[in-house]
Amino acid sequence: MYRYDEFDHTIVKERVTEFTGQVKRRLAGELTEDEFKPLRLMNGLYLQLHAYMLRVAIPYGTLSGTQMRMLAHVARKYDKGYGHFTTRQNIQYNWPKLKDVPDILDDLATVEMHAIQTSGNCIRNVTSDQYAGVAAGEIDDPRVWAEILRQWSTFHPEYTFLPRKFKIAVTGHSNDRAAIKMHDVGIIIVEGDNGEPAFDIYAGGGQGRTPMVAHLVGQKIPARDLLHFMDAIMRVYNMHGRRDNLYKARIKILVHALGAEEFARQVKEEFAKGGAGEDLKLPDGEIERIRAYFAPPAYETLPDSDAGYEKALAEDKAFAQWARTNLADHKVPGYAIVNVSLKPIGGIAGDASDAQMDAVADLAETFSFDEVRVTHEQNLTLPDVKKSDLYEVWKRLDAALLATPNIGLISDMIVCPGLDYCDLANARSISIGQMISERFADLDKEHDIGELKVKISGCINACGHHHVGHIGILGVDKKGVEFYQVTLGGSADENAAVGDIVGPAFTEDEIVGAIETIVETFVANRKDGEIFLDTYRRIGIDPFKETLYAAA
Amino acid sequence: MAQHINKKARFHSLTANRLLDGEPVYLTGDHDWSEVLSDAVIADGKDEGAKLMDVAAQAVKDQHVVNPYLFDVDVDGTTPKPISVREQIRATGPTVRLDLGKQAS
Repeated sequence: MYRYDEFDHTIVKERVTEFTGQVKRRLAGELTEDEFKPLRLMNGLYLQLHAYMLRVAIPYGTLSGTQMRMLAHVARKYDKGYGHFTTRQNIQYNWPKLKDVPDILDDLATVEMHAIQTSGNCIRNVTSDQYAGVAAGEIDDPRVWAEILRQWSTFHPEYTFLPRKFKIAVTGHSNDRAAIKMHDVGIIIVEGDNGEPAFDIYAGGGQGRTPMVAHLVGQKIPARDLLHFMDAIMRVYNMHGRRDNLYKARIKILVHALGAEEFARQVKEEFAKGGAGEDLKLPDGEIERIRAYFAPPAYETLPDSDAGYEKALAEDKAFAQWARTNLADHKVPGYAIVNVSLKPIGGIAGDASDAQMDAVADLAETFSFDEVRVTHEQNLTLPDVKKSDLYEVWKRLDAALLATPNIGLISDMIVCPGLDYCDLANARSISIGQMISERFADLDKEHDIGELKVKISGCINACGHHHVGHIGILGVDKKGVEFYQVTLGGSADENAAVGDIVGPAFTEDEIVGAIETIVETFVANRKDGEIFLDTYRRIGIDPFKETLYAAA
Repeated sequence: MAQHINKKARFHSLTANRLLDGEPVYLTGDHDWSEVLSDAVIADGKDEGAKLMDVAAQAVKDQHVVNPYLFDVDVDGTTPKPISVREQIRATGPTVRLDLGKQAS
C-alpha cells in the first residue's frame, strides 16, 4: 500500500491548516458564502438537504485497517454513527457540522487521508479495480499507475480550475470492474511491444444528462509516456472545453463535437509538440519506486484447496451460499478474494455503521494483510484471505451483518442517496432499492435469476449509474410527484453500453412491479446459461415493452 | 439562489440552512429562525414572499444562515404544509432512517 512521503504529509497538513483558516474566517464573517463555497468544495464539503456532507477520498479504493478504523471514528465522533461508500470509491458523511470539519480533516490526516480531489472542477480521485494486484490474469497492478496519476494531478496548477470535474479510472485486467469506458478518461493496461506495460486510453465517456461511451484515443502508449499523453489530453480539453455552459463542459461533449478521430488527432499533435512532455517522461526509477509500495504481501506457499474450507462448504449451507456469490478467484493458490456486501436485504446500499467499519478493519488486519478495498459498486473487498480462514471470516462478517450472499445478484444494487439526502435529487432512490431488494429477497430466486445489475439514480446526474445498469432506474419529478423511468441493456464492463429507455415512467407504487415484470420477461425468454444482459441483447427491447405496457 | 416555487402557487414559506451545522431552519413571523416547520411564517402572494427574502438576505449577511429560498406550502389553519416531496423530506428527515433528522428529535 502507498505510504506518504514527506511531501504528501506536508501538502495534506498545509491544506488542513489552510482550510481551518478559511472556516474560521467564514464563521467570523470575513468570507461570504459565495467566496467560501468554492473553497469548501475544494475540500469535499457540500451543503445538502439536511446538513453538510463531507466526501473523503479513498484513492483507487485502497484502505488499511487503521484507515478504516479512522473512518469509523469520524462516523462515531462527528457524524451519526455511519458512513456511505460511493461509486467513486469514496466515503461520504451526511451530517458533519461546519465547525467540526477542520478537526475531522486533522484526524484523517493522521492516517494519511483527506478530502482533496473529491469535489470541484479538478481531476478527481482516481478510481480502479477492487481486485487490483490479486486477480488472476491481470496484466499489471493498476494502483501503481493510479498512484502516479494521483501524484501528477494533485494540485496541478493547470488542472485546478478545469471547465468541469474530470474523472479517471484505471484497470489492469481485460475484465473491466472499474467502468473505465464511462469515465472522462479510462485507461486499460495492455502488454506493450517490448513486454512492458502499456496503455490503451479511452476518452470522452461519462453519464449524466448526456451519457456516452468513451472512445479509444491512444493505443499502446508506453509506460514512460503515460503522463505526457494524459497531459496532452488535458491540454486539448482545457483549451477547447466549454466554459459557457455547465451542461456542455465535460470532455465527452468536446469529443463528440470534434469527433473522436479529430480529438485523438489533436491530442497526438499536442503530444508530439513535446513541450513539458520531456519533463513528464517517467524515469524507470520512479515507476519502480511507486511499484515497490504495491509489492505483493508475503503470501504463504499453500495448496489451492483447503480441507477445512471444503468441509465447511459441504456442511454449512449458508456459508456455501455466501462462498458461491461473494468469493472471487485469487491469483495465488490457497487464497481467495472476499467481497463484503454492503447491500443487506432491505438495507441502504453502501451504508456502513461505525461498528461495521471497525469489524472490517479487524478482519483486514487479522486475515487480509491489513488491506481493504472499496468497490465502485458500493461494496467492500478483503483482497487476500487464506482459504483456510474463510469460514472464520464469514462467521465474523455474519455477526456484523455483513455477510449477505448477493454479490452480482439483483439485490446488489448501486443506489445513489437520492432525495432522502441529496440537494440535487428529484426523487428518492434508496427506498426504491429497498423495495426491490425485499421483493426479490428469496435467495434461491436471486440465484435463479443470475447476474443482474440494477442501478438507481435520483436525478439525471446519474450518481447511481442508471444508464449502465442492466436495468436502470431514474427518478424524475413530475409536478412534485416522484416517477421512475426505466432503461434496459446498459453495461459498465468491457462491453460498455448505455441503456435504452423502455417507455413511459412508472409511479412509486408501480416501479417494483415493473421491475418484476421485466425479470419475468427475461426468465421466460432466456436460453440456457444466459444472464439478463445476454437475453436482452439477443431479443431486444420489444418483448419487455409489450409485457410492461400491455394493459395500457 | 435556489428556486422552489411554482408561479401559480399562492402560499410560501422560507427556509435556509443554518451556517454552523447546515440544519434546515425556517423563518418565523417575528423574523427569528426555527428548526420546526410549523413555526414558519406563511407569505400570501409574491410581494409578501419578497419581503421574507429581504429578511433572509440580512440573516445571510449576519452569517446566520445560507441558501435561503421560498417554497410552496398548503395552509392548514395557520400551519404551513410543504407541497413538494423534497420539502416534506427536508422538514422531517430521510424517509429511510426515521432515527435521523428532525423526526428523531
